[in-house]
Amino acid sequence: MLKEKDILGLYPLSKEEIEEILETGLEMKRALRAGEKSLGTLKNKTVVTLFYENSTRTRCSFELAAKYLGAHVVDLGVATSSVQKGETLVDTGKTLDAMRADYMVIRHSAGGAPRLLAKTVQAHVINAGDGMNEHPSQALLDMLTMKEKFRSFRGLKVAILGDIRHSRVAKSNLYGLKKLGAEVTMFAPATLLPTGLADMGATVCASREEAVKDADVVMGLRIQLERQKAGNFPSLGEYAKYYGANEELLRHAKPGALIMHPGPVNRGVELTSALIDGESSRIEDQVLSGVAVRMAMLSLLA
Amino acid sequence: MLLKNAQMVGKSGTGDIRIESGVIAALGKLSPKTGEETVDCTGLWALPGLIDMHVHLREPGFERKEDVESGARAAVKGGFTQICCMPNTKPVVDNKVVVSYLVNRAKEVGLCKVHPIGAITAGQDGETLAAIGGMKAAGAVALSEDGKSVVNSHLMANAMLYASDFGLKCLCHCEDAALVDGGVVHEGYYSTLTGLKGSIRAAEDIMIAREICLAESLGLPVHICHVSTFSGVQLIREAKARGVQVTAETCPHYFTLTDAAIGTFDTNAKVNPPLREEKDRLAIIEGLRDGTLDVIASDHAPHHADDKNVEFNYAAFGISGLETSFALSYTVLVKSGILTLAQLAEKMSANPAHILDLRGGEIAVGAPADLTVVNLDEKWTVDPAAFVSKGKNTPFAGMEVYGKVKYTVVDGQIKYEEK
Repeated sequence: MLKEKDILGLYPLSKEEIEEILETGLEMKRALRAGEKSLGTLKNKTVVTLFYENSTRTRCSFELAAKYLGAHVVDLGVATSSVQKGETLVDTGKTLDAMRADYMVIRHSAGGAPRLLAKTVQAHVINAGDGMNEHPSQALLDMLTMKEKFRSFRGLKVAILGDIRHSRVAKSNLYGLKKLGAEVTMFAPATLLPTGLADMGATVCASREEAVKDADVVMGLRIQLERQKAGNFPSLGEYAKYYGANEELLRHAKPGALIMHPGPVNRGVELTSALIDGESSRIEDQVLSGVAVRMAMLSLLA
Repeated sequence: MLLKNAQMVGKSGTGDIRIESGVIAALGKLSPKTGEETVDCTGLWALPGLIDMHVHLREPGFERKEDVESGARAAVKGGFTQICCMPNTKPVVDNKVVVSYLVNRAKEVGLCKVHPIGAITAGQDGETLAAIGGMKAAGAVALSEDGKSVVNSHLMANAMLYASDFGLKCLCHCEDAALVDGGVVHEGYYSTLTGLKGSIRAAEDIMIAREICLAESLGLPVHICHVSTFSGVQLIREAKARGVQVTAETCPHYFTLTDAAIGTFDTNAKVNPPLREEKDRLAIIEGLRDGTLDVIASDHAPHHADDKNVEFNYAAFGISGLETSFALSYTVLVKSGILTLAQLAEKMSANPAHILDLRGGEIAVGAPADLTVVNLDEKWTVDPAAFVSKGKNTPFAGMEVYGKVKYTVVDGQIKYEEK
């Protein structure tokens, strides 16, 4: 059982809560692999998805997770709803509450929006990614994927490479992994590295080689093209050359180190195709972990 | 009217203040004349009427947030006898008509003195000068583009030169908008923690430095608004040391809070410039102590609750400050022993009067009877619901402070009396 009515991030969750979600996630993943898609945990419950920021993948994953648990699922369709008529998030939340929604899954470009919604409504709020703040379900699915291979996080070394500054994924992973005893190294162009990471427990490295040295997991983060236009680096080609992960870089990691990426991946930019398609890649497995961990999040709030 | 037994800065023991025809007529040990109204100030301090040179009254155009009457009511409750209102209204205060409107509204309201500040550029568009001469004639006491900087340095230089012909100073909001780039908080640990977009100190410092450079090159005075960075304090300190005619203000929130206040996405702590780090807070205090920072102003920025009860990124910037400014300043700066009460009175009365060439800032025979009477020992808890300002937006709710305004006297009339 979780202490709060909402899951807003991994920063507010305790080690025990994260472990419980991961344990439940493992069970869900086994069930999914066995073809089980009609659990009744959320029977008679309603899940509303509010995606103020587009994301086919995450929305689909939450929707399937809820359906596999037996819930009714409705997508608010923010782009075509009263939001377009200028309704505030607070008012939208109150309206959905009045309609007896049990869960609200929200993605929003503004950091803190899920917290504002959670404060306003009685329904359980799950953060599906807010601005540059947190993306708890992504970090939990990453951790579930790691847990399957390594069992324990104690002493595990996870290297995160890429646009750390704009990445809610990197931060949620950092919070979760540190709470469970892993070491997190980070490397990014100076323009894409925020201040204060060391105070949050990350080891910020001066080179990508140093970051992946003896790593058990190498995680690439998506580079948005708009970052280049905003002057953070000269070109995707130069990014790939000086900051991307390739086979040669991987020689510094532990043999068989897992390759992960939250997707969608820019082939040949964050990671070379050889890494994406290689034996150690868990990028597709992460997707299955995603449905499983979201099922765990929904059922533990029930 | 006779104020009896008041303590006053720079004077030992208690004294009496006689007010006749809106002017201080006598000071000392005085006996009431027949029929003279007497106010017992035993246990209270009489300070020269406080002046807040940086206030947003929102009128005309944003009366939902505040208007001249509610703002003036908040001012006198906060102990202010004179306030200066910023021009970022709708329409912008960029011509004599809007200045006259505000002057007349303030007269109708009849609480404290309200001095309009005119915009530097027409419509605050940063392209052409506002009608500076006309605004001065109608009663504007200074110019400011508050809310932003005049980006074009050539135009800013011209503004300072032209304004000097009319004896007006530019009060500069310092912000390099390209460097801020949509940032809503200070760039540091808490911006990374929350993922809220940060802006670095240089975004403020660059413009402080530019205004200093212009003032130095042109040999003209300039005033820097709401300084929030340690490095900005140092720029001003160095400029003053080499004789540049620069004055500067800060606000209670910059010496009371740090960016930790935005760690919970509290939109009431969203302010521009943003709350910064402990080293900045300490440097602001040191700047006040050593005289680098001349003035404490509230940057009273009232908002409707709807403007704050939204996603942090969309929330309005600003703190409703008139009703907490004195108590926060007294509590943080004087009660802690950093400033003397006399120094605080300078920063909240004499210095703004001097910078803007206003009458006031002293308790002296012949001076206007603008007085703020306070109980310094009284502890109270900040409660936004009790604000008379329409803006209840404060990050100080629940904070215990010292210093309660008992009477605010403007031109010899009691405009506020604590009930």
